[in-house]
Amino acid sequence: MSSKVREIVESHGSNPSNLIPILQDVQTNDGYLSENALAEIAGLMDVSESTIYGVATFYTQFKFVKPGEHEIRICQGTACHVRGAESLLDFFKTNLGIQPGETTKDGRFSLERVACLGCCALAPVMVIDGEVYGHLTTAKAEKILTEYKEGKR
Amino acid sequence: MSDFESLRQKARSKYEELRTGQKPVIYLGAASCGKAAGIASIGGKIKEILGELGIESKLVEVGCVGMCCYEPMIYIQKDGKAPICYGNLTTKVVPELIKDFLVDGDPRTDLALGAFDGPQTEGVPRLFDHPMLKPQVRVVLRNCGVIDPTDIDHYLANDGYVALQKVLAMTPEEVIEEVKSAGMRGRGGAGFSTGMKWEFCAKASGSPKYMICNADEGDPGAFMNRSLLEGDPHAVLEGLVIAAYAIGASKGYVYARAEYPLAIKHLNIALGQMREINLIGENILGSDFSLEVIVKEGAGAFVCGEETALMASIMGERGMPRPRPPFPATHGLWGKPTTINNVETLGTVATIIREGKDWFSHFGTEKSKGTKTFSLVGKVQRTGLIEVTLGTTLQEIIYEIGGGILDGKKAKAIQTGGPSGGCIPASQFDLNVDYESLTQAGTIMGSGGLIVMDEETCIVDIAHYFLTFTKEESCGKCTPCRIGTHRMLDILHKIKTGKAEMKDLEKLHEIAWTVKNGSLCGLGQTVPNPIYTTMKYFEDEYHEHVEDRKCRALVCKDLIRYHIDAERCIGCGICAGKCPVDAISGEKKQTHVIEESLCIKCGICFHSCPPKARAVEKIDAEVGQDG
Ligand SMILES: Cc1cc2nc3c(=O)[nH]c(=O)nc-3n(C[C@H](O)[C@H](O)[C@H](O)COP(=O)(O)O)c2cc1C
Ligand code: FES
Repeated sequence: MSSKVREIVESHGSNPSNLIPILQDVQTNDGYLSENALAEIAGLMDVSESTIYGVATFYTQFKFVKPGEHEIRICQGTACHVRGAESLLDFFKTNLGIQPGETTKDGRFSLERVACLGCCALAPVMVIDGEVYGHLTTAKAEKILTEYKEGKR
Repeated sequence: MSDFESLRQKARSKYEELRTGQKPVIYLGAASCGKAAGIASIGGKIKEILGELGIESKLVEVGCVGMCCYEPMIYIQKDGKAPICYGNLTTKVVPELIKDFLVDGDPRTDLALGAFDGPQTEGVPRLFDHPMLKPQVRVVLRNCGVIDPTDIDHYLANDGYVALQKVLAMTPEEVIEEVKSAGMRGRGGAGFSTGMKWEFCAKASGSPKYMICNADEGDPGAFMNRSLLEGDPHAVLEGLVIAAYAIGASKGYVYARAEYPLAIKHLNIALGQMREINLIGENILGSDFSLEVIVKEGAGAFVCGEETALMASIMGERGMPRPRPPFPATHGLWGKPTTINNVETLGTVATIIREGKDWFSHFGTEKSKGTKTFSLVGKVQRTGLIEVTLGTTLQEIIYEIGGGILDGKKAKAIQTGGPSGGCIPASQFDLNVDYESLTQAGTIMGSGGLIVMDEETCIVDIAHYFLTFTKEESCGKCTPCRIGTHRMLDILHKIKTGKAEMKDLEKLHEIAWTVKNGSLCGLGQTVPNPIYTTMKYFEDEYHEHVEDRKCRALVCKDLIRYHIDAERCIGCGICAGKCPVDAISGEKKQTHVIEESLCIKCGICFHSCPPKARAVEKIDAEVGQDG
């Protein structure tokens, strides 16, 4: 049992309307929602595990596998799409050798698509570990990725 | 003088002092877009150079004026004159600018975009005369990029909460009447009368009542609500308190999109400040009215922007819509009367009350009153957040404010209303942007996303794009939407890959009809809009894909190929080095060739070919194939 999960559930209270904020906090803490954490939340809130899974799997924010050390999210919103977001995603897929939703074997990078980051005026856009990069080209993205690979960012 | 009046007085003098003081002030455009453009490193550089030069200057973070294409931006205010705005800054120019202006007194007119209102500096034009801003009317965005959104004093000094004070001396019926007769319509999509919506809820029996601000902004490619919440959160919250008063709610929620961390942060800061001076809480400003407000963070589901799904999500459930009626006005959160309004709707309310219904309703058209914000993005020169009176033409928006199409290309269309909206062809850019005209053209106003497309945008690809989005976001509750989106996407995929027949187009139309008429909620009912409009206005492009297996915009991968022009190739080998499948061969300094059978058409060679050579070409798959 992790004391952190208990602490989070207790801080929100076990009213069912607090389930989503609880899941969000646990994910912020652990990086994802592990089977153990979900079972523990179910126990503490006194609801079935299937209810918890039902809610958690409905929302794209929740992850059930451990993400990579660096999380790369490529915007696939409309503004980014018309300004070349697909080739940007293609670049990351081929460069990292993974599909969106996957993590590289060495656990360093995970790749995700995101619907829109609200920085559409700077399209195409991506986020790495919360840092937003705009006006991207494949060349610019490659430079940024290399810096992450070399541990300079 | 009441406590609140003296607070306002203090706020006014503090703001006045900031704006007219002798000490220089540097404002940093630090909304999400500014941050993405690198304002943090500009700010860091400024601090460094101020330190080196030994200059004492105040640094203030502000939101976004909407000129996102000029980001990163700063404004410098010196000797109490109006701040001058500088855009497209780099860490290289910024030290120069600071030194020239703050030490040598040269305002660097060559770099200036313009000065805000107030005492002007010679040689610097007015910012609001800039072609991007001149045609705009700023009602909702009046404070964005101007004030510090994390300081309630800045809002108070700019007539903040004047409307709330006024409202507390009115009856709820009077408030509703004012908003109703102003002709205010919801900015979240459907354009329903805001006053009438409030009236239904006010008259509904049951307590407690709830007031919700819909800040889910799910339209991918739109950011009006984000910008307003980041740049002027109090404007939205003041509207929320007013609405809650009008309907008799005792609890308010702001349901905000998880991808907007800065907006959420600013909302929470603002709520904390409001609580401190009793703008929320018990007996607000000494009245009988009490209200608590909390921020709920969404968890990433487009359908949660739909009001019944949003309420399910607030209650901790799967965010699935339910049939209406009963409407939220009578059966909302936990079965109680609830009103849901969009961020911009609430952001407009305080101004209507403060300035009066007549002032507000003189903007706009007969049936679409007031102003509306839009995010102008895509293949347009000047991208950003704009506000215009309803009834402005697309032409004015794209060419005057937006400066025309990017890179001198030809305009093809504009998408309004996001995944629920449609594409309007360039031949109809004289269309007025108001609720009625857009509906007549087959699209909707939506929340305000405007995506400009040029000749290099493939219309079939756009329809395919939206269907991919809605297929993923369909919650699965009703069959027409769940299965229909899949089937429509299958057909669009066939068209895009050159495998469709003409009868598939008919079938697409048929399924679209069923989904539109058989779906439970607004998501499914509007899913076909992008298909209908693109098929109606761009029939020939669909036919070309089907009959000639041709994509004139050279976007659909299966219908194009990459080719290296032997004359232009300089043999640098960059493309060969980058090709992930080793499909390119050639000796150094010799012409390179692409082995078609290996090529996966990722386009990396195309993008990496040095601009001076531009030897890699995208061409029609059929062209020169046998030659
Ligand atoms: C699929 C779907 C998504 C929606 N997304 C949003 C949204 O992101 N923001 C919003 O304000 N309204 C959205 N709406 C509309 C809301 O259901 C509701 O009509 C609106 O919030 C009412 O506010 P208003 O009267 O101020 O416009 C959406 C509707 C549907 C069907
Ligand atoms: S579409 Fe990519 S940030 Fe909005």
